[in-house]
Amino acid sequence: MQDKPIIELRDVIKRFGSVQALNGINATIREGEFFSLLGPSGCGKTTLLRMIAGFEDPTDGAIVIDGKSMQGIPANRRPTNMVFQSYAIFPHLSVAENVAYGLKKKKLSKAEIAAEVDKALSMVDLAGYGRRAAHELSGGQRQRVALARALVMRPKVVLLDEPLSALDKKLREQMQVELRQLQQSIGITFILVTHDQEEALIMSDRIAVMFEGNIAQIDTPEGLYRRPVSKRVASFIGVMNFLDATATGQDGTGLSLDIPALGKVTVPPSHVPEGMAAASVQSIGVRPEMLTILFDGKDKAESETTGKVTGTSYYGDMTYYTVALNGVGAPVTVSMRNTAGRSVLPVGSPVRVGWGAESIVLFE
Amino acid sequence: MILGREARQGLTLISPTMIYALLLLAAPLLTVVTFSFWTQDYLTIDTTLTLNNYREAWTQPIYRILILRSLMVSLVVTLVTVLLAFPIAYYLSFHVTRRKALWLFMITIPFWTSYLLRVFLWKVILGYNGVLNSALTGLGIIDEPLTFLLYNINAVIITLAHAWAPFAILPIFVALEKIDRSLLEAAEDLGDGPVRRFFRVTLPLAMPGVIASILIVLIPTVGDFITPRLVGGTDGLMIANMIQIQFGKANNAPLGAALAVSSMVIVASISLVIYLAGKRFGGKTQ
Repeated sequence: MQDKPIIELRDVIKRFGSVQALNGINATIREGEFFSLLGPSGCGKTTLLRMIAGFEDPTDGAIVIDGKSMQGIPANRRPTNMVFQSYAIFPHLSVAENVAYGLKKKKLSKAEIAAEVDKALSMVDLAGYGRRAAHELSGGQRQRVALARALVMRPKVVLLDEPLSALDKKLREQMQVELRQLQQSIGITFILVTHDQEEALIMSDRIAVMFEGNIAQIDTPEGLYRRPVSKRVASFIGVMNFLDATATGQDGTGLSLDIPALGKVTVPPSHVPEGMAAASVQSIGVRPEMLTILFDGKDKAESETTGKVTGTSYYGDMTYYTVALNGVGAPVTVSMRNTAGRSVLPVGSPVRVGWGAESIVLFE
Repeated sequence: MILGREARQGLTLISPTMIYALLLLAAPLLTVVTFSFWTQDYLTIDTTLTLNNYREAWTQPIYRILILRSLMVSLVVTLVTVLLAFPIAYYLSFHVTRRKALWLFMITIPFWTSYLLRVFLWKVILGYNGVLNSALTGLGIIDEPLTFLLYNINAVIITLAHAWAPFAILPIFVALEKIDRSLLEAAEDLGDGPVRRFFRVTLPLAMPGVIASILIVLIPTVGDFITPRLVGGTDGLMIANMIQIQFGKANNAPLGAALAVSSMVIVASISLVIYLAGKRFGGKTQ
């Protein structure tokens, strides 16, 4: 991936009347990356996308696309194309006419347009569908037409506004993979708006997590999952167990903590966020899969504690246990991969739970 | 059973209305059609079937002039009305965000008085000593009252266009309201400025409403007889006035019926052409 910035957002503010929708967004999106804006509904992610597309003007701040300020440039003259949530397929035009819609303005011959349309349609696996009427398409096909219609314009950036939310689960998962592969093969920058954290993790190179008009964190999927900067980000992405903790000291070997539910531990310096003072640590987080139930007496872990199973959820490949640790605080969730020789533990079973210092995330 | 349970239920539900409609619509229509093949014999009616009435209706120049004038008037009225109605409907649909219902309500205000009263009002406005002439002479723009305002075809067109405007606005408004706004954004996103977008997306999608407006205005105005009678003078008379005369003073109901059926056929063919043309232009929308 190149590091050349394609979109720069500088202190972008948007107000609707007295409502502040975006409070000064700063972000740089690199050329060729799959960038997601992730957040709950009402966090401003769609507004931000619409401002990049040119459907809304920022109240303040600058949007720079490919080195040019977009101030005062209307949507029809921006190097971006959008895949709408409703797909916005023109109902009075055929599939081919829909895809060719934007090409009419470029100076191309009829044959060239037809060739471009065919190419775009086969790119989204709809070769031969050109003559179909818009109302003859299924939801998934409409989504592909909308994508082909955007790609055929060869935009610098493709903007996707929750493009998969109207599809059923199976098709959505299939499209997530296809979209990602398509994006990687053509190398155009994609910006995806979604409220589905799993979708964002699967598809993106980088994700901006947004809450109430602010970007809480921008990171790679792995970075977000492993090193969330706040409890809010941590609980929005996947499942996180939060435990009370008190810092007891900080030196060259790391940050020492007393966690009532787990025990005493020293977190290595590499896992302490820069600038975090020992005294400010209030709690820690640990992912369910970073905790292990030690089924066999011989099983060993870096550290261990005891607990009691208070509930189980069986998912087929996994079992999620809720375990009350040391009788302290709220029960935690532990996920265990199911194996052939092991059945789900009954509620009430006493268990040993293994954990490690490196899996601990510190929160202020 | 040939009909399913739901179909039978549906038929039962609509049958009172259907019988009522048949009685009031089909029965008179059949009577008129039947009459047109008979002959008036002073006070009695000769019920031998004949095409003589149609021959007269289609060959006498007076009838041809009247039907052509009726068509011309109604086409001009339709054109003027729809062209004026579209911007109003567009403004209402796209630019009025608050109190849309109030605006719609206000559009229906002309209906609060009878059609006859509204036609009389135009007489007051356009008359020799009417509002318009008084105002213009009062302002010193003209010395003598204008005489070309009333009792001619112009007056008929102005009056009809005003009377039918709400009927033209509403179907266009409904069609515009139905347009998914993201389609307009998509058109813009794909490079269209406002004008191109209007002709490539808005207008084709509003076409069903435009066609409905055209038909709603065109069909009744061809047969209007109150307006030409009151403001049209002798030059402004239309085919419906002649039909009325045949049924009344002239005491030749069969000829009147033949004229009525003839103009009905002509209007129906024109409407069909307009409908098909509109469907073509509007593309493959449902």
